[in-house]
Amino acid sequence: MPKVKIPRKSTIVDMTAMCDVAFLLLSFFILATKQKPPEVMAVTPPNSISAKVAPDKAILITMTKDGRAFISLGDETRKADILKDINTIKQLGLTPSELAKWGKTEFYGLPLNQVKSSLALSDPIPPIKLPGIPISDTTNNELTDWLRSVTNVFAGEDQKQLQEMLLIKGDGEVLYPVFKNVKRAFKKNQLFKFRIVTNGEPVPIGSELYMDSKKK
Amino acid sequence: MAEMDTSSGGSHKKGPGVKKGKKLSTRVDLTPMVDLGFLLVTFFVFTTTMQQSTAMNMNEPKDDNPEEQMKVKNSGAMTILLGKQDQLYYYYGQLDPATLSEQFKSTSFKEIRQLIVDKKKATPIDDLMYIIKSDSSSNFKNAIDILDEMAISAVPAGHYAEVDITPAEALMIRETEAANGIK
Repeated sequence: MPKVKIPRKSTIVDMTAMCDVAFLLLSFFILATKQKPPEVMAVTPPNSISAKVAPDKAILITMTKDGRAFISLGDETRKADILKDINTIKQLGLTPSELAKWGKTEFYGLPLNQVKSSLALSDPIPPIKLPGIPISDTTNNELTDWLRSVTNVFAGEDQKQLQEMLLIKGDGEVLYPVFKNVKRAFKKNQLFKFRIVTNGEPVPIGSELYMDSKKK
Repeated sequence: MAEMDTSSGGSHKKGPGVKKGKKLSTRVDLTPMVDLGFLLVTFFVFTTTMQQSTAMNMNEPKDDNPEEQMKVKNSGAMTILLGKQDQLYYYYGQLDPATLSEQFKSTSFKEIRQLIVDKKKATPIDDLMYIIKSDSSSNFKNAIDILDEMAISAVPAGHYAEVDITPAEALMIRETEAANGIK
């Protein structure tokens, strides 16, 4: 009987191709992930089990640790309308060129009566040094004025869309009265639904909600 | 790609006296590099999806006219008060000056979940009401955390509400804080 000779093959596999794939994927993920805009305001939001993703272009109210409040107005066209509206209502007396300059700001955190003078400065004030929108005074809560202009601009549109765009982001250490003042500004404008930016976390195992979701 | 063919030169005979040099393979083991590559890939995949911030819905009541405010049954009400340093205080029903010190208890975020669930199980769902009151010394995180606790314990919407704190309750918190040595 002739013996069948099985040729012995090396078990070494060429890793080059695999290496190429790995690094191709790596570079793809690095390039494809959206670069987060650098956080101007260092804010650590609290955690919640909510799984809804916060929208990017939003009317965002930021509360910093030291209790200052800022507003950012989302997409450019609306922003210009909102600024125009607040300019006429609060009689800030800004010229069109000043308005355009004002529109370039991302975080608004100045008392309205200081806006005109701040626009005359050659360098804009860095966001960290802004005093914040005055909210502590119940009679002159300027966030109310801001939100009034926001509602004015969105008046003819789908209110549900606006609700989804209204976001409050706050540092966990902000004292409750600050949050209450912000809420008050919302309520004064008949805005009862808004959203809080949080860091997502999983539903704790063994909790009621966890059991409920298991049953389904 | 990463290997070079070095075998071709090996076959032809060298002349006499020429010593055979030891041939080192230029083949590099790429396995660790592949490992590293995939490790980085997984790292990037995980970190990017987890960093997404989420949004929690919030419904505020229209509190213009107090007459419209819901009447809550004493037996079904649990009031949770938020204090300084992540401290929580709670009482059932209404605060009665006679039994104040027995009613008013302090707790923490670790224990509140069980208390919420216990109350939920002990009360008919129609009567159930959690009233959340934040003291001015509590922080934003506490306010969100307690709302989150409600969601975690699957308390149906409309069975919990945020209400302004009364001066009497604020005073009770102050006194309890002083007694417990919380600054």
